[in-house]
Amino acid sequence: MATELKAKYPTAPLKCWAKVKELRQKYYQDYALAHEKGGIRWSGGAANLEPVPAGLGRDVYMLTGEPYGASIAYDRAFAAKCHAAAEQAGYPRDLCAYMRNYWGSKLLKTYAFGGPFPEPDFYWQFHLCCSHGKWYQEAARIEGKGRPVFITDVVVGPYFKRNERTGHFYADPNKNGIRYIADQVHEHIERLEKITGRTYQDELLFEATENYFNMTSLWAEICILNQAIPAPLDEKTIFSLYVLGALNKSSKQYVDFYRELRDEVQDRVSRGIAALSTERARIMSDIQPPWGFLEIFRYIEQFGCVSVGSMYSINLQFSLDIKEDGTLRPLPTLKERGIELKSRDQCLMLLADHLASNLWGQNMQEHTLKNYIMEKIYEQWHCNGIMIHYNRGCEGLSLNVAENRLYLIEKGIPVVTYEGNMGDEREFDLAETLKRIDTFMETLGLK
Amino acid sequence: MITVGIDVGAKNVKVVILKDNDIIGKNIGLMEIDRKKSVVEAFESCLASTGITKKDIHRVIATGAGEGIVDFAHRKSSVVTCDALGIIKLQPLVRTVIDIGANETRAIKCDQTGKVLDFAVNEKCAAGSGAFVEAMARAMEVSLEEFAGLSLTSSKSIPINAQCAIFAESEVVSLVHEETDRNDICRAVHDAMAGRIAALARRVRIEKEVALIGGVARNRGMVDSLKRELEVDFILIENPEYIGAFGAAFQGAVISE
Repeated sequence: MATELKAKYPTAPLKCWAKVKELRQKYYQDYALAHEKGGIRWSGGAANLEPVPAGLGRDVYMLTGEPYGASIAYDRAFAAKCHAAAEQAGYPRDLCAYMRNYWGSKLLKTYAFGGPFPEPDFYWQFHLCCSHGKWYQEAARIEGKGRPVFITDVVVGPYFKRNERTGHFYADPNKNGIRYIADQVHEHIERLEKITGRTYQDELLFEATENYFNMTSLWAEICILNQAIPAPLDEKTIFSLYVLGALNKSSKQYVDFYRELRDEVQDRVSRGIAALSTERARIMSDIQPPWGFLEIFRYIEQFGCVSVGSMYSINLQFSLDIKEDGTLRPLPTLKERGIELKSRDQCLMLLADHLASNLWGQNMQEHTLKNYIMEKIYEQWHCNGIMIHYNRGCEGLSLNVAENRLYLIEKGIPVVTYEGNMGDEREFDLAETLKRIDTFMETLGLK
Repeated sequence: MITVGIDVGAKNVKVVILKDNDIIGKNIGLMEIDRKKSVVEAFESCLASTGITKKDIHRVIATGAGEGIVDFAHRKSSVVTCDALGIIKLQPLVRTVIDIGANETRAIKCDQTGKVLDFAVNEKCAAGSGAFVEAMARAMEVSLEEFAGLSLTSSKSIPINAQCAIFAESEVVSLVHEETDRNDICRAVHDAMAGRIAALARRVRIEKEVALIGGVARNRGMVDSLKRELEVDFILIENPEYIGAFGAAFQGAVISE
């Protein structure tokens, strides 16, 4: 039971809210209807090299597996059917929950957004997570029509190193590793031309790449605006906004939306408009939430506590740069870096570099960078505590979470953990989790 | 000032009445299907034993898994907070508390004021809680006291599955069929459970002094196994199941209006 709190700040609904919902719905519809317009459909991992297929034409539509799996998770009844279908087909419960949701949807031949599952013309996945490396290979096997599967190996070693003198991390890219990724993509483009019968258009690749970097940078700007007190956005809302970056970072429409959103959030900060009128404490979270139970982020609000972001929502687009003093800032856009796109190779090298800089990729090799970034977010977003999800549904991103927790605890940061699953409601206990959060709120002096 | 702490656990409800920070009454009752009735009965019985009336009570603080059903409580507080406050009041040098209840096990790290610095609670499995030992005692057809006693006479270590109460029970049945000595089976159960609890406790980085509380702290076989596993000497309290309720009552006395 929380103390009755008085409103300290004005609050207002987000003007962009309806638009982001509309864009998301349109994304899934456009993908489903692509063939009716003579377009191309492809499916693969989010945070992929989506500007690359964009070079095949303006009628290329994609279905990224992770947000699709999360959408299924949000609909617990459909998710249960997908789990059952995947398990009947012999896939074990401990595999990635997004992947099982996606496979289940294919096996049921049912699209979460209505109608039959729209099969893609090809798959493209990057090999970062061990489960995800097999995701689309298995998806193609389920369909049984021999769809092409493109796989890009991106494991080229840690991108960031710690400066032993200052303790801060800095980028130290492995040039040969980046060339290795880019060369694979060159080969993929040649194969794409053969498979689709289309001529690859570099101008479209350049345009999509500009959008990609603009979008990642804009998202970082939006997240950094949430450092303000009161926070203009809460985490549950952020989850609905960040998703566009997981759907397609090469979309001009999404760039325009993020620009509009950035301006609106900036305006909220200037006018002191809060996401939570009673804000008196702030927390951050870690990786994916249990998507079917996002009410946990509303639950904390009765204590005057707002979740201002997470490692996941802030970093999924790999859009932060670390300044020499450890301050996190938006990754500069190509224009800000003075880069003009002139060749396919230059473009692919930039995209490969960005993919190699993926924080989550480094975390699968060593966890100290994630410790550091979590600590920096905690400090720079003015948090009072951290909520960590021991997510049984993601073997990739949950790697090292216990190490992260220990590091943060040793730094004197209050941390609570709860066990669950991002996409499988059977592994989440709402009552127990709320009880644990309740205790955490009490230890933060909020009850 | 008279304050009451009511700790509504999964199996028992514990009531402590404090007068000027001294315990003047305590009572324990079984939680039955009508949980509210069980709480009221335990509370009223405790009042009756002290001669205190409801009008005399300054504040009632509810805690525990069923704190929500104590609708006459002035305030609700988590059992983690209450455990820490309660133990510090009784044993000021304690910095780590392990509370093993019927349904839940908690490890709590606190400072000298009773402020919780870190805590961990067992996940969704009964294999690290008191209900598990009771189930194993039933499987062995002995009382809980006998079960604990048998365990203490064993010097043999038999590993059994500590990950799941159901699998563990089937392993115990197999050991019975293999005619393994009963005392060794009892110890194996405690050792398995101690392994789980120790892993939980290590998550908060154990710091001395360490207190063991909750109903299971009465089980000397369990204490012995846990002591071996963690290699620490525990501070044991006379009435270990009452610490949460005591902490709640104490909180009622110290919180500001």
